[in-house]
Amino acid sequence: MTTDVTTAAGRGTVRRLAGSLHRRPRLRLALLLTAPLLWLTVLYLGSLAVLFVSAFWTTDSFTSQVVKVWSTDNFHELLTTPVFRQVVLRSVGVALAVTVLCALIAFPVAFYTARVARPRWRPLLVVAILTPLWASYLVKVYAWRLILSEGGLADWALAPFGLSGPGFGLAATVLTLTYLWLPYMILPIHTALEQLPDNLLDASADLGARAGRTFRSVVLPMVLPSVAAGSVFTFSLSLGDYITVQIVGGKTQLVGNLVYSNIELNLPMAAALGLVPVLVIVLYLLAIRRTGALNSL
Amino acid sequence: MRPTRTLRAAACAAALLLAAACDSSGSGGSSAGGLNPPDLKAPTKLGRTEGQVNLIAWAGYVEDGSNDPKVNWVTDFEKQTGCQVHSKVAASSDEMVKLMKTGEYDAVSASGDASLRLIASGDAAPVNTALVPHYKDIFSGLKNGPWNSVKGRMYGIPHGRGANLLMYNTQKVRPAPTSWSAVFDGAPAHKGHVTAYDSPIYIADAALYLRATKPELKIKDPYALDQKQFDAAVALLKQQNANVGEYWSDYLKEVSAFKSGDSVVGTTWQVIAGLAASEGAKVKTLVPKEGSTGWSDTWMVSSKAKHPNCAYKWLDWIVSPKVNAQVAEYFGEAPANSKACAETSDKNFCTVYHAADESYWKKIAFWNTPIEQCLDGRTDVKCVPYAKWVQAWTEIKG
Repeated sequence: MTTDVTTAAGRGTVRRLAGSLHRRPRLRLALLLTAPLLWLTVLYLGSLAVLFVSAFWTTDSFTSQVVKVWSTDNFHELLTTPVFRQVVLRSVGVALAVTVLCALIAFPVAFYTARVARPRWRPLLVVAILTPLWASYLVKVYAWRLILSEGGLADWALAPFGLSGPGFGLAATVLTLTYLWLPYMILPIHTALEQLPDNLLDASADLGARAGRTFRSVVLPMVLPSVAAGSVFTFSLSLGDYITVQIVGGKTQLVGNLVYSNIELNLPMAAALGLVPVLVIVLYLLAIRRTGALNSL
Repeated sequence: MRPTRTLRAAACAAALLLAAACDSSGSGGSSAGGLNPPDLKAPTKLGRTEGQVNLIAWAGYVEDGSNDPKVNWVTDFEKQTGCQVHSKVAASSDEMVKLMKTGEYDAVSASGDASLRLIASGDAAPVNTALVPHYKDIFSGLKNGPWNSVKGRMYGIPHGRGANLLMYNTQKVRPAPTSWSAVFDGAPAHKGHVTAYDSPIYIADAALYLRATKPELKIKDPYALDQKQFDAAVALLKQQNANVGEYWSDYLKEVSAFKSGDSVVGTTWQVIAGLAASEGAKVKTLVPKEGSTGWSDTWMVSSKAKHPNCAYKWLDWIVSPKVNAQVAEYFGEAPANSKACAETSDKNFCTVYHAADESYWKKIAFWNTPIEQCLDGRTDVKCVPYAKWVQAWTEIKG
């Protein structure tokens, strides 16, 4: 008996609550958005703000304790120390190289999976492209370390041509990162090519355009936003990476390594260094926005 | 070869005199020459154990069987003392310092590049060695070192030690090297295949080499470098960088590099050499004629320890012969307890690691924290502090 009463009462409360929510659309919206907005502002933007603010602090040189005294020394050092400039330029260069390589490799692959392969094979091919993403990042990078090491697979395969592998270093880093992020480039291009209407290609052919012309004037403009979208992934993931370069990069340092080596002893400097990729990526996104690629993300 | 130990002892004595002078004049700060840590008291007797203890340790120092069921020296400790062990593995000396500052931990296995910082900041308390019965069996070479004691007061219990050796590929590096010049002046012979330890403390290795080869720099202690000496060491390392294939910090990475031949000569630890040789790499190690740098870990008690009695029990346990032998063999270092050698499963272990060979350890300059007040006792110049070493290391790698 009592349980019946309480459930009835409970049902009554729920119904009244639902009713009041129904009458107040603004309250409904507020309840719906509070959690994600809190996540975005407090946790995401908030931590970025903390990062920004702590870049203006300094540390005690002996105990490495953060001293909360406002100064722009870290930024001054960042801009005037040659090694920092060199490393930042190198990192951006690596990210750009990886992006270009990914785009060059991804295009033909995506063209095959989206338009040339038989339709019933296409989903399987997409799965095949995605499978490397299921394997651990570290396993893949260590596999590349073995491939590129002295007398490894790369040396063996190139030996008949009188060449040797690139060894550990900048080239190895670019190569490995390209491998790691390639699926992120193939997928958006695949989607764009898949959605390309056949009749546009037919129309182009009817109007007398050869394959090259059709590619330049019809396919490329329609797929370019997707390439740009893919490049956002490859660029930002490469810019932030510091583990691959430790494993296959030989003695190469990227921005991530500098942040990592400063984080324990000089947190403010690490924060200042950490702002560099953030800034670069914001600039990159602004540039990409002009291509309209962000609308098709 | 130089009488390192004597020099260091003399340097220490000078520093101590100076510190004592500072004391008598009543200045309490650490600004005036020599290290003058906060005056903390060590306990005079132990009370009841608190039921638990929180430790910060290097990987492999506090094993409770969860990594390998056969490697376990924590469970017996818990059974005997009733102290539940909670351990946190730290990846670097800097992380250890940071964790100790939280005050949530009772003890830490600090290396020399962290211990002095902990002492100076008052995070580590002096240890009453009389309350650690096994302390009497510790090798004398590890007691009252400049990295674990101040003014003759011990700030911890030595755990073990190891040297940074020169390792080379016996097929690619001929004739066999006898000097660190193999990785410095002679490095171009193996361009792209030289390796070095990836840490700012490696600058001391260059200073150690310069101490022997450039007497005009008057380097006494590789951890006490004035600006001129420091610049010379950094210049040497920048030269070396052109010939370096990769730097290593993860020891499995070095094992694989020596196995494949990507690295043929460079610094190493005994445990890496053993591992590489057992996996088929043709390598040999030596302490070159200039001597070498090395590390010695010390278990220190936090000044804010909430479980000091359990912490003391742990200090005694970890240097007891059987456990010390177990840790040393598992981690690959020379044990601190002289009686541990009788307990190792490999009877040859202590010979390979030179555990009891004090003349061997005399050649080793153990890691220490470079600070502004020169550790070698000079007062007419300021030495380059560790924070600057970190910056320089970034520049060396370019």
